[in-house]
Amino acid sequence: MRKGPQYNTLITAYLIHHIRVLLSSLGHLTRQPLSTMMTMAVIAIALTLPSGLYLALNNISGLSAGWDSSTKISLFLHTSVDEKKAQTLLERLRLHNEIDHVSMISKDQGLEQFKQGSGFGSALQFLEDNPLPIVLVVQPIIDTKRPDHINQLLKELENDKLVELAQLDMQWVKRLYAMLEIAHRGIWAIGSLLGLAVLLIVGNTIRLDIQNRRSEIEVSKLIGASNAFIRRPFLYTGFWYGFTGGLLAWLLTTASLYLLAEPVEKLTLLYHSDFQLNGLSFGDTMNLIMISCSLGLLGSWLAVGRHLDEIEPS
Amino acid sequence: MIHFDNVSKRYPGGFEALNQVSFRLPRGKMGYLTGHSGAGKSTLLKLIALIERPSRGQIILDGINLNHISNRQVPYVRRNIGIIFQNHHLLYDRPVFDNVAMPLVIQGYRHREIQSRVRAALDQVGLLKKEKSDPITLSGGEQQRVGIARAIVHKPSLLLADEPTGNLDPELSLEIMELFARFNQVGTSVLIASHDLDLIQHMGAQTLSLKDGRIVNDEISPNEIITGAA
Ligand SMILES: Nc1ncnc2c1ncn2[C@@H]1O[C@H](COP(=O)(O)OP(=O)(O)O)[C@@H](O)[C@H]1O
Ligand SMILES: [Mg+2]
Repeated sequence: MRKGPQYNTLITAYLIHHIRVLLSSLGHLTRQPLSTMMTMAVIAIALTLPSGLYLALNNISGLSAGWDSSTKISLFLHTSVDEKKAQTLLERLRLHNEIDHVSMISKDQGLEQFKQGSGFGSALQFLEDNPLPIVLVVQPIIDTKRPDHINQLLKELENDKLVELAQLDMQWVKRLYAMLEIAHRGIWAIGSLLGLAVLLIVGNTIRLDIQNRRSEIEVSKLIGASNAFIRRPFLYTGFWYGFTGGLLAWLLTTASLYLLAEPVEKLTLLYHSDFQLNGLSFGDTMNLIMISCSLGLLGSWLAVGRHLDEIEPS
Repeated sequence: MIHFDNVSKRYPGGFEALNQVSFRLPRGKMGYLTGHSGAGKSTLLKLIALIERPSRGQIILDGINLNHISNRQVPYVRRNIGIIFQNHHLLYDRPVFDNVAMPLVIQGYRHREIQSRVRAALDQVGLLKKEKSDPITLSGGEQQRVGIARAIVHKPSLLLADEPTGNLDPELSLEIMELFARFNQVGTSVLIASHDLDLIQHMGAQTLSLKDGRIVNDEISPNEIITGAA
């Protein structure tokens, strides 16, 4: 048998070969710019949708964290409870590890607020006794992962013997969390479906590519190309589709965010707010690119596995 | 180099293209395979190149029993063979040089070595000046020679050619055949299938005749070197 090239030469040549195939498959793509760009655009759009939704959800979650301070439980104490007893209850509640902050509205303060708020100010002058109870305003620590913990806290507080009535101001907060939970799962479902779509797009594109290069594959097999050698350019092509698709998706997501930034800022100014619209973080971006590269590779791998073996020289 | 031992090939559908073929081609020898169209010449070459597998019998190539070669190992056997088949022509999306370089690229040769070997191969077939040409711009004979350069560029120990002169005029055909004879002189084993009896007679090498898939006793050149089944 003949001698092959030297061993270390082989390793260098192998690496050089990989880089060359990586670049030449990119070159191959640029030779059909229109269809390549269309494929990449479809992949990008398919990936932009879930990443945009993810971003929106992330921002809404951040927004609702800002609403923690407006979630309050009002404890209406029995009218018989005096300020001293109320003060000890307040001290006790402050130590509770699910409570952030407690304040007291005394009977007088309550009356004052009522006068100002109700418009019955002058009529109330004729009351001899102050009929209002002392109210403790409890601000719970919100755990976004356990939306129903507030309810447990509410029950616990209601069971205190000094408390006549515990009332959660913000029932809708709980609903918001439930909705966010649904949205979260929805994004996973949409993301998975669109990921599958990317897989199919890449797979189909590679399948067409394999068909177009049929004679090249036949000749290569005839002159002794291993399956790995023949597979490689198609896998790298899939990689490039995924990589550029992911990059484009990032670009589209970021561009959409900038388009939205100004109106959102105006809107939040109308409310309270120190709210900041967040873009994709570095980690998110890396994940996006990695997922899209994997989808590209996997899609081409599936297509290659199915269609390359069918082509044999005859 | 090649040893067929009672080889039969039945195609799916039941047609028996080869029937109990036995012969031996020693290393470094040149042989012709003749027979009318449909006699089984291409089938025999495809069995050697592992494009088809025998239904019965065994083929020993360079000491290796091809029945024991798995599909994964097929490429490595083929790397030791130069194949010139009718229906596997050049790739028209790349210049002559790249076509000829393919076997070397596949085997991981370095750039510089590829350069010198491709030039040497093109020189041998007299097409050194055409390395940058597109194959489509070459004549039929020139294209065939590029195919031959591609088959010999990695210096295989065996050359297989199926009707290499099929579409060429007699003068060009002779030229191509003489090219093969030259490769044989430097030690390459060569097996050429052709139905062109005049040409083969002119070349005067050992001949194996097939008729309906069987070896027939040979009138053109009774020989000891290629021995038909007894
Ligand atoms: N893939 C195939 N399937 C079925 N029959 C085939 C196939 N290839 C060749 N044959 C048949 O086998 C016989 C021999 O074919 P072939 O080896 O090509 O002969 P030759 O090259 O001598 O003309 C022919 O009758 C042909 O029809
Ligand atoms: Mg034939």
